[in-house]
Amino acid sequence: MTSGTDSASRYAKPGRWLALALLLLSAILLLLGMGVGSTGWDSLALLQRDPSAWQIVWEIRLPRSVGAWLAGALLGLAGALAQGLFRNPLADPYLLGSASGASLGVALAMAMWGVSPLATQWLALMGLSGAAFAGALLAVLLTLLLAQGVQQTLRLLLAGVVVGVVLGALSSLVLLLVPGIMQAMQSFMLGSTSFLAWPSCILMASVVFLCGLLAWLMSPLLDALALGEATAQSLGLPLPALRAGLVVVLALATGTAVAHTGLVAFVGLAAPHLVRSLVKTTPARLIGLASLCGAVLLQAADLLARSLMAPRELPVGVLTAVLGGVYLLWLMHGQSARRRGSGA
Amino acid sequence: MSQCIISPGEFALQAKSLIAQLGGAPVLHGLSFGLRPGSWVSVVGPNGAGKSSLLRVLAGLLPCTGAVQWLGQPLQSFSARTRAQHIAWLGQGEACDEDLRVYDLVMLGRMPHQAWLAGPAASDHAAVARALAVMQAWAWRDRLFGQLSAGERQRVLLARVLAVEAQLLLMDEPLSNLDPPHQAQWLLLVRALVSQGKTVVSVLHEISIALQADDMLILQQGRLTHQGACKEVTTHRALEQVFEHRVRVAMLEGQWLAVPRIQGLEP
Repeated sequence: MTSGTDSASRYAKPGRWLALALLLLSAILLLLGMGVGSTGWDSLALLQRDPSAWQIVWEIRLPRSVGAWLAGALLGLAGALAQGLFRNPLADPYLLGSASGASLGVALAMAMWGVSPLATQWLALMGLSGAAFAGALLAVLLTLLLAQGVQQTLRLLLAGVVVGVVLGALSSLVLLLVPGIMQAMQSFMLGSTSFLAWPSCILMASVVFLCGLLAWLMSPLLDALALGEATAQSLGLPLPALRAGLVVVLALATGTAVAHTGLVAFVGLAAPHLVRSLVKTTPARLIGLASLCGAVLLQAADLLARSLMAPRELPVGVLTAVLGGVYLLWLMHGQSARRRGSGA
Repeated sequence: MSQCIISPGEFALQAKSLIAQLGGAPVLHGLSFGLRPGSWVSVVGPNGAGKSSLLRVLAGLLPCTGAVQWLGQPLQSFSARTRAQHIAWLGQGEACDEDLRVYDLVMLGRMPHQAWLAGPAASDHAAVARALAVMQAWAWRDRLFGQLSAGERQRVLLARVLAVEAQLLLMDEPLSNLDPPHQAQWLLLVRALVSQGKTVVSVLHEISIALQADDMLILQQGRLTHQGACKEVTTHRALEQVFEHRVRVAMLEGQWLAVPRIQGLEP
């Protein structure tokens, strides 16, 4: 029946348009990102002639914009995965304790080796990211251990909360014992895009690619889970293996993003919601769109953080928290208004 | 206790001493029965009798001890995918994503037939269109599941099960929220499926509708108390007994009905 095929392609279309629009927006924001800074657009105009302008654009502004895009993509992907996997629209990438694990890792690294996030050397940067990543991964493993696997969603979420609280307390203890790292740690906790350099971008780009590929390979599970867990299993899917695989992808994406930009709030939660409010799509397609959306959100937030109070700079996490919070409130209000309007 | 003794070759599905637990508590205590191919079997019994658990065991969703033979082979010997192609299951009150389009939702029923990540083929679209047409849901194929009424949702979920085009259909309360015309239409649908040689097992709490089936399995406290044809008097007596004589099976306009008895009984 051709009508069926027509009807199927009609679903894919709005998603494709949204993807195209988001990519276009990314390009525009990238261009703007190259122009915004203390020297303004002059640096971009003098790119060919002035080596210092080249350095400003190529070494500082561009990796920042690209890095923010990549970290946002990781958070958006993780958010869509978490919401699909736990079948909860309030699920967020930091659920499994990865955020507090990464914080503890960074706090320990700074306290023990005196590494600062302001360090630009490859090794120091990798060390800090590595500590954050290891912390995130260990925290997720701890959560999985406490929850005795990934099969019981409620256990998993509760274990994530417990791990989050305990590791958060440990981080506070480290801060109390080594007050010198307080300021550096604060910028990490708030989330910041100002330390992003090319090495981080290369690392994040590879993880975006890897996680995107893995999520796509396992995405039929998310579609089937939309019918309920038992129904998904009745469709012959290897539920335990796929779920374990997707939790690993979730941890990898979140850990990598947190390692490079700190605890950027709300992007992972808001990106899938924003996509869903614009187009209705299948959970599998949502992953790609939410990644793009998260990327654009963090890229835009980075741009605003740099330009709103120039020459001073806002931590990007503060901006995403405020904007994301307002957006979610607005979404909530719209939904309850619609529900009242439709009047049961 | 009258269990039919028929030679194994006559059964599409044969279960032997099924024992299952749910959260540590036993729910099925050694059930043995056979399902004839091309028949409709109703499973009835009081609340907590293990009806839904039995369907879950047959669908491979609840682990059990004992043996289930499907088409003469142990069910465990089928891969999960092959099993899903042969056996379709409709759960009761499974929470479904409200943002899914009706068409996409029904297409998920085709998953056991599709290669991983390959996407739907023409035959899948055809099966979905057929299932939606049969459930009179084709007109809402572009609507979101969340925009439908409870009865409409149930029809979409039924279309999802039909789209699997399985040989054995296990349906838990398929008529919930359906109005009488659509209940009657479901009866016609089951008759059509059975005439194609498919086996349908349904858990129904409307006993009058359950009595329209070919055979009946009566469960009580995880045990099979009776298996027999729905027309047989012994089945009617077993039904009345399992429901503590609160129902009476009577003939009205040529069909067997369960009439509730509210008064005239000691508590």
